[in-house]
Amino acid sequence: MQAKSGLQKSLQRMNWGDVLLNRVGALLGLIIIMIGLSFASPHFLSFRNLMNVAQQSAINSIVASGMLLAIVTAGIDLSVGSILALSISITGILIVNMGWNSVIGVIIGLAVAAGAGMINGLVLTKLRLPHPFISTLGMMNVARGLALIITNASPISGFPKWIQFVGAGYVGRIPFSFILVLITVVFFHFFLTRTTLGRHIYAVGGNIEAARLSGIDTDRVRVWVYTISGLMAGIAGLTLMGRVNAAYPLAGLSYEMDAIAAVIIGGGSFMGGVGNIWGTLIGAIMIAVIRNGLNLLGVSPDAQTIVIGLVIIGAVYVDVLRRRRRTA
Amino acid sequence: MSTPFLQLRNISKAFPGVQALDNVSIDINKGEIHALLGENGAGKSTLIKLLTGVHHWDSGTVTYDGKELTSITPSQAIREYGIVPIYQELNLIPELDVAENIFLGREVLANERFRIIDRKEIVRRTTEILETLGQNISPTALVGTLGVGKQQMVEVAKALSIEARLLILDEPTASLGEDETEDLFRVMRQLKDQGVTIIFISHKLDEVLEISDRFTVLRDGKKIVTTEAEGASKEDIISYMVGRKLGDQYPKMATTQGDVALEVRGLSTASLLSDISFSAYRGQVLGVAGLVGAGRTELARAIIGADPRSSGRIFVNGAEVQINSPKDALKHGIALLTEDRKGQGLFLGNTVLFNATVANLKRYVRRILIDVNRQKDAAAEVVRQLGIKTPGLNTMTLQLSGGNQQKVVIGKWLNTDADIFIFDEPTRGIDVGAKVEVYNIINQLIADGAAVIMISSELPEILGMSDRIIVLSEGRLTAEFSREEATQEKIMAAATGGINHAS
Repeated sequence: MQAKSGLQKSLQRMNWGDVLLNRVGALLGLIIIMIGLSFASPHFLSFRNLMNVAQQSAINSIVASGMLLAIVTAGIDLSVGSILALSISITGILIVNMGWNSVIGVIIGLAVAAGAGMINGLVLTKLRLPHPFISTLGMMNVARGLALIITNASPISGFPKWIQFVGAGYVGRIPFSFILVLITVVFFHFFLTRTTLGRHIYAVGGNIEAARLSGIDTDRVRVWVYTISGLMAGIAGLTLMGRVNAAYPLAGLSYEMDAIAAVIIGGGSFMGGVGNIWGTLIGAIMIAVIRNGLNLLGVSPDAQTIVIGLVIIGAVYVDVLRRRRRTA
Repeated sequence: MSTPFLQLRNISKAFPGVQALDNVSIDINKGEIHALLGENGAGKSTLIKLLTGVHHWDSGTVTYDGKELTSITPSQAIREYGIVPIYQELNLIPELDVAENIFLGREVLANERFRIIDRKEIVRRTTEILETLGQNISPTALVGTLGVGKQQMVEVAKALSIEARLLILDEPTASLGEDETEDLFRVMRQLKDQGVTIIFISHKLDEVLEISDRFTVLRDGKKIVTTEAEGASKEDIISYMVGRKLGDQYPKMATTQGDVALEVRGLSTASLLSDISFSAYRGQVLGVAGLVGAGRTELARAIIGADPRSSGRIFVNGAEVQINSPKDALKHGIALLTEDRKGQGLFLGNTVLFNATVANLKRYVRRILIDVNRQKDAAAEVVRQLGIKTPGLNTMTLQLSGGNQQKVVIGKWLNTDADIFIFDEPTRGIDVGAKVEVYNIINQLIADGAAVIMISSELPEILGMSDRIIVLSEGRLTAEFSREEATQEKIMAAATGGINHAS
């Protein structure tokens, strides 16, 4: 009872105005695109289609929340797609091929994902590599290779109902995967704004030397960041595995790019120190909305890629303009 | 009576929420060294930015070399008018050599079609310019391998290569040692004789009186006075700057020596420091003097574990402690206020609230989440206690003046359990009024039983504020004085005499 009222109080104290204002650019963009699409296609604004979009954005939203941490520290995590594949490959082998208990199989898969992320962080900090681009580019290749080897490069299918529910199930008329996203977002909001580790992540991104001299263990912070990013890739993998009822070693190809795009559209900066989970969510939804809308309009997937590319550049440019006005 | 070289008439410039310049008129004569003085936020930088085309004035007229200018763009300023600024943060590329830096963007080409640089020619011209400056710098040396003083000379050489007619030096001596400063002044006088007009900004008032012909004081965007430097005193300038007579410049109070807080025994590092031992007592300020490069900052960083030590033991409150990172240091109550405030002290893009509390967030956690109200209370308390002038707790620290930024960094440490403070150049680049406030904070800290170690390049500051003084020279501790025995001469002798002692 006590704890519940504490949470309620915290939710009330959240500055919603600030949350919206900070991301008003991306949110406004999303609303404009949605209004445009609702005129262009009669199907777009149907509840069913919107829930489709929510489901389609789920995996990227989850991967992007981990990516956000890396980008806030002025880093990057290129290995998320490969970690996702390695994680579900191991889960698939344990559950389907070896007949293990599915809960244990999933937990081990998630542990592998978090562990691979932790290795990213340790390699970065212990070997004093110049940039996480290197460590995660390495992991991107290593994890993908491992996934291909252990699965003999072939897919594994036939998962229990509860795993399928995570990816494809509905609670009422709302996809469970989107509920998972909302839980993730609320959790990340409190994590990033109200815990010491969360604030230290911003400190590391804002000025890593000042952070270190302020007594913050910057190595430990970064190891956590990549561990969490790996774990989120594992959770996204679970969702994907449930949706398609299969684990395959080429899963998650180029997911890192969509996740980076979502974070950047949502106001993250490669310079580090800025970005928030709400913007990232809006960024991920925007990418899904555009894909969905172009599908409804019959635009080919190849041409869709071009539009996404232009949106990324446009979104960042709008942000640059806004910042310039603010400092002028 | 000839017309002035640069004539500013009723110049005003406003930014959202602040009148940066208010009806300012200044005349600057050809070939004079004119110092521009004022506290941070007085409008000096804005004035410079108008002249260099970064901002445009709202009203008033600018007459330059007999011509009224309606607007200035940055490229016009340099190319057409020869108005060349040299900023405190030097704009050189460390990986390029001296000649390449000087001719960067204006390369002399040997082959137009393939845009091949005529190396021989730029090296020859660079040699020529450096010779006129009397500088013994190789045109082919990488800029990154030169000291700050030499790099500054490269900037000056660059300005000459563009035929600067109005040279603007923004705190050029802030990071220079005394020899380098003298060298710069010699070059400035030489340029003056050649007819170059120089605007000189500095917080070091002794230097201003030494080098400038006239000076102008700004306060709160208004011009207070323009007058001859000859016959003016430091006290005059200070009272112009702050608008009141300042009490004692160094408000030192009587202290009592407490227990040993920090003892360093035989500290060495691989690169510079050799066998340094000293003690810092509670209730006292230990001054650390020495020339640039003597190892003062290195000593501070080695003590708190920011850089590795090759040997040495550290004792806190009489017990030996293991300190291998700044985190360990803070655990034992040792905090370092860094010399490089923006690069190593502040989170410029974050708020006052964030900066003031980031070093000890644990303190505000209730169960698992940070209690934002507690955090705000703590930040508001240091803002009040240190008199930080800020529009609010959510203001970005990059919007504050240098003095207020420094106080925010001090506030960060006050919100921790630290009681041994190492202040590295705590008053560098901040104005006179804020300096006194920093000294008062130091007084308060030692009165509360903390130990303060103050590193400074300014001897008057060392003499004015320290209870005991140690002197470093070339990585060795060469002398230790009590407040009573210390004089400027003795300290300088110890600071330069390290070579003789070294065997």
